[in-house]
Amino acid sequence: MRVQALTGPYCQGLASGAGMGRQRHTAALDPAGCPADRTRDLQGRNTVELLSGADMIARFLQDEGVEYIYGYPGGAALHIYDALFRQDKVKHILVRHEQAATHAADGYARASGKPGVVLVTSGPGATNAVTGIATAYMDSIPMVVLCGQVMSHLIGDDAFQETDIVGVTRPIVKHSFSIRHPSEIPEVLKKAFYLASTGRPGPVVVDIPKDMTAPTERYEYVYPKKVKLRSYNPVTRGHTGQIKKAVEMMLKAKRPVFYTGGGVVTGKASEGLTDLVKQLGFPITTTLMGIGAYPQSDRQCLGWLGMHGSYESNMAMHHADLIIAIGARFDDRVTNNTSKFCPTAKIIHVDVDPSSVSKTVRADVPIVGPASSVINEMISLVQGHSIAHPEALADWWQKIDGWRADREGKLYEPSKPGEVLKPQEVIEALCRVTRGEAYVTTDVGQHQMFAAQYYKFDKPNRLITSGGLGTMGFGFPAAMGIKQNFPEDDVVCVTGEGSFQMMMQELSTCKQYGVGVKIVNLNNASLGMVRQWQDLNYKSRHAHSYMESLPDFHMLIEAYGFTAITVKTLDELEPALERAFANKHELVFLDVKVDPHEHVYPMQVPLGAMRDMLLSKTERT
Amino acid sequence: MRHIISILMENEPGALSRVVGLFSQRNFNIETLNVAPTEDPSLSRLTVTTIGDDRVIEQITKHLNKLIDVVKLVDLTEGNHIERELMLVKVKALGAARDEVKRTVDIFRAQIVDVTPSLYTVQITGDASKLDAFLQAMSPVGILEVARTGVSGIARGDKVLSL
Repeated sequence: MRVQALTGPYCQGLASGAGMGRQRHTAALDPAGCPADRTRDLQGRNTVELLSGADMIARFLQDEGVEYIYGYPGGAALHIYDALFRQDKVKHILVRHEQAATHAADGYARASGKPGVVLVTSGPGATNAVTGIATAYMDSIPMVVLCGQVMSHLIGDDAFQETDIVGVTRPIVKHSFSIRHPSEIPEVLKKAFYLASTGRPGPVVVDIPKDMTAPTERYEYVYPKKVKLRSYNPVTRGHTGQIKKAVEMMLKAKRPVFYTGGGVVTGKASEGLTDLVKQLGFPITTTLMGIGAYPQSDRQCLGWLGMHGSYESNMAMHHADLIIAIGARFDDRVTNNTSKFCPTAKIIHVDVDPSSVSKTVRADVPIVGPASSVINEMISLVQGHSIAHPEALADWWQKIDGWRADREGKLYEPSKPGEVLKPQEVIEALCRVTRGEAYVTTDVGQHQMFAAQYYKFDKPNRLITSGGLGTMGFGFPAAMGIKQNFPEDDVVCVTGEGSFQMMMQELSTCKQYGVGVKIVNLNNASLGMVRQWQDLNYKSRHAHSYMESLPDFHMLIEAYGFTAITVKTLDELEPALERAFANKHELVFLDVKVDPHEHVYPMQVPLGAMRDMLLSKTERT
Repeated sequence: MRHIISILMENEPGALSRVVGLFSQRNFNIETLNVAPTEDPSLSRLTVTTIGDDRVIEQITKHLNKLIDVVKLVDLTEGNHIERELMLVKVKALGAARDEVKRTVDIFRAQIVDVTPSLYTVQITGDASKLDAFLQAMSPVGILEVARTGVSGIARGDKVLSL
């Protein structure tokens, strides 16, 4: 049955109910695109809404509660842009490069726990988003990316701005969809949001050919409250028998250590984790992605582990007799050489994704389930029981405190008056000035490691960093996405002059929307981490790690109408930071000149065990 | 060790590329692959033979299960199963060899399905080793073309792979 909108915005009472979805309603008299048609029943009551594909998208985003969408328009996405223009609930943030849209949505998702939403056009719009999608995939961040596509009859013809984006992104998405009929839009979008944000979260791409969003064709719109996928049933709790077994091992352990990751943060399980760890009195180390899930200022927290993790974390892991891994994936930057990994430890591995368990290191007690429910079950099993070997645990702590004392003051030497600043002392000052409460985003390299080492995070979701993919250019747009959603909080991007130049066009976006992020540029005029590896492995032959033609950042920032402060000495540092953070709504850029010769330590020796570390340029374990 | 994994997956565009892409992306091995719709038009059955130690096979099945388009799968080699492959072969059949080829075809319980003055087209089914043995037997005569379907398999007994 074909229904024509003959009388303006409403069409007369024609069939309603199931089975109507795919019927086309042609709005022949509506060149301006009047969005909401309704069918009415015989009493004239509204039954279902008729919307174009583009309006369905805008409307769905509203109904889904999406606040921000980050994007960049282009031919194939124009119908959708027009629909967004005609509503005011979903705010669109126009970035200056699609990669920044994905990073901003990613930052938003990490800080808020809700899926980030991106809208880009076909071809180059979509391919520019690829790095950001891969970044979200590697760190399991919920994200929905809507990509315009050429009209469906042109697909496969190498049409203008055509890219098979579903094919391009296949290995870096949790799932992807192509819209094949406008009436599918509400259900497909609901599936996309559901998949992105449940189980192990991840990015979902929705490819939308332009004709699917044509304003002239309208279909019934109903917001699907629920969605069912017969092949997707994420686990909601772990196996009780396995959890019991794990708790028994925990109570009997002599040298236990918790090793927790990003899964605790994205799984919103940090409170439970803190309870459990405190009850047991065990030491805990987190991954880079898991920082803040347990307060770092607490004595039981050993900091983070792995390649540049703390000395005591890596030593404790190596000597442990029981490792309780939760929401962590035994990544190569953590384990170092897996054949030498923690030789005396039994391993309990809790993860929501079965394919993460026993992937690189075999688990003795695998538990597939979400961190929060497994932790809660562990807490209830631990209650009323005491550990079997309190004296062994006390000895274990003595050993750990010994390691702590060993490394004290070894990792860097503060600058002397008049000398160039050390990057580490900049981060320590930043932590003092922001009272350890800021959202800190980073790019990738030495500054990322220094930020993670010297800023003390007591809350989850506060260190926002590209851990898995290691994406330079991530930090600044991510900070932008966070600041818009937490305008009253301090949001600072710790970056380096190499990374910052990868996404610095976003200064223009910050100007447009008045985004008051702070940028701390640890400027050593070189690609510090590359340089460090060249110092260690290539006899200091600094192949292309020296930035010979840096811009005058001061002038650059001022060109956008923002404040820039250049810092060269220690006595300038804290006043500059105080000034930068004085006004929460002003973007301030601190160009801090730091020592290019500084290395990040500790550093695990490649192919060694967890405990094999360089502690300084001259000392190793 | 060689494993035969049978997968029921959504009969949707792109589903096959996700499965195949997973193998190349994660450096898993594909020996043979075949896929066709089932009696339920919304489902396709894909059978892949792969080689790997227990750790690798565990990862393969876990990652396959993670794909949204994969509804159910079974590692047939974990139990008793029937394994079949179909092959069409064009072999030279000239002079004395013509009779010899016919005899070998009979021995292997194969069938000649097309004939020209100079060649036979032979159809043969069986497990992979039988097909290999037939090719070996034919190679002195001269094999002109081979088309193999890849392994298809099903569990013996009451076990059923369905929804």
